[in-house]
Amino acid sequence: MEFIIIIISAIFVNNVVLAQFLGICPFLGVSKKVSTAVGMTGAVTFVMILATIVTYLIQKYILDAFGIGFMQTISFILVIASLVQLVEIMLKKVSPPLYQALGVFLPLITTNCAILGVAIMTIQKDYSLLEAVVFSGASAIGFGLALVLFAGLREHLDLVDLPKGMKGAPAALVVAGLLAMAFMGFSGIV
Amino acid sequence: MAAKKESTFINMVLVLFIVTLVASAALGGLYELTKEPIAKAKLAKKLKAIKEVVPAFDNNPSEDMYEVEMPTGDKLEFYPAKKGNELVGTAVKTFTTNGFSGYIWVMVGFKPDGTINNYSVLEHKETPGLGTKMEPWFKQTDPAKASCVILDKNPRTSNLTVSKDGGDVDAITAATISSRAFLEAVQTAYNEYTKQMKGGTK
Amino acid sequence: MTNKENFLKGFFRENAVFTLLLGMCPALGVTSSAINGLGMGLATTFVLIMSNIFISIFSSFIPDKVKIPSFIVIIAAFVTMVDLIMAGYAPALHEQLGVFIPLIVVNCLVLGRAEAFASKNQIVPSIIDGLSMGLGFSMALSMLGAVRELLGAGKVFGITIFNENYGMLIFVLAPGAFIALGYLIAFINKLRKV
Repeated sequence: MEFIIIIISAIFVNNVVLAQFLGICPFLGVSKKVSTAVGMTGAVTFVMILATIVTYLIQKYILDAFGIGFMQTISFILVIASLVQLVEIMLKKVSPPLYQALGVFLPLITTNCAILGVAIMTIQKDYSLLEAVVFSGASAIGFGLALVLFAGLREHLDLVDLPKGMKGAPAALVVAGLLAMAFMGFSGIV
Repeated sequence: MAAKKESTFINMVLVLFIVTLVASAALGGLYELTKEPIAKAKLAKKLKAIKEVVPAFDNNPSEDMYEVEMPTGDKLEFYPAKKGNELVGTAVKTFTTNGFSGYIWVMVGFKPDGTINNYSVLEHKETPGLGTKMEPWFKQTDPAKASCVILDKNPRTSNLTVSKDGGDVDAITAATISSRAFLEAVQTAYNEYTKQMKGGTK
Repeated sequence: MTNKENFLKGFFRENAVFTLLLGMCPALGVTSSAINGLGMGLATTFVLIMSNIFISIFSSFIPDKVKIPSFIVIIAAFVTMVDLIMAGYAPALHEQLGVFIPLIVVNCLVLGRAEAFASKNQIVPSIIDGLSMGLGFSMALSMLGAVRELLGAGKVFGITIFNENYGMLIFVLAPGAFIALGYLIAFINKLRKV
């Protein structure tokens, strides 16, 4: 039952992008087309779950065990950077077209605050390993949901006539705000 | 800028290793330096919450703290505040799971006879502008709103539930659920507090 | 570019938030009040300047392929320093900024300046660059924070301008952050064209 609450909370109530402000750069940068948004979500999900597991183990068995908690930022970000390198290499071999489509956004997953953010939050919330996996998976789904919804909205936004000053980022941000407002309606579910 | 270093495998590993080593050493040093200020800041924060709700004291309530486990698995924390060696009040960190958006944690200060001295809302996820009014609502100074105030009321003689449910306290306008939950937290604190007092002075 | 040009660019022409659209996560996440925005901006400025200095000095000793990971480790070290110093000496601000402090390490602004500028320039220009981008970032965050705080709670930097009950609560919450930033960027775009 706990797991259902974690899942619903991470996807809807405390959506990683729309409520916690993590992963905004890719949210604004990759959401121009629904297809790239879906591809990015896949890559992020893979890295997020794997990164959360590895950083969790590092926290429990190295950082906490030796009392070097202050090494958290350095160790976590090194893990994430390495994982992204790994995903890049794998993707090149397994699916070159997707690798091409994601282009420069792939290495940018390293600086996706959502991944580091979720890894840190997992430790702060004191989850068990299984809860951590569920939490990171659900957060990734939440990220993907926000991304894909937003991409759909943006595809329409491109067809609309806007005042010059609002074109691009400003309009996108206001629309994101409205989307965030809609998601606020989910609070109170859990 | 200057000459580029070759990207041989050995060079790469060595450089990354050295950079990480130096960084870690520097951090380790700073960590030792800041350990004490950080611990002090944490203690000050705890004491501040306690100071807000009980009369003046001269002991360290944090040292004399004792806990009571509730059915949900969460623990109530009792902080006795003493002056000289006499108990002047007890701060109780209490909670409820029935807030509009989940847990609400409150620090309630009781005088030795059970009268509510003051309270401070610690943690919650209630709706901003509605449930968040908990903090000032139940201690407002406007005489016209005296029926909302729980300060100086003793749960033994006052019914600590919202007037809608037949109690003595007026709920926050349009935030009945948060109000009910808040009062429940205070009542829980009082119930456990009287149990502790009956079980002998701590 | 001259030192003066270098110093001024971060404020408007190449402002991190309004022009380059970098550092969005903290820009939205900690600007529910002006003082939080300013605090975050200054913490980021410290990391920017320190990492720019070290990267400017040591970049030539680092092989190309490990440049990015090495830069990240250096930046992460300074971020942790800021985290520890704030926890010990500014605990209230530390609590307000929360998880966004360690997230400075993935603030594309910091890594971006390290890569684009510090690794290719001398120490003094790098310091000025860090100062410029950092202060520009701080300015942007304080502005956004002030707008949100004013519209949402009637205060600016804690000083009450009008009664909280007349505020539009939404601006202190998530959606308001997006909307306020969107309009702020549009407004600044308009100003720059004049």
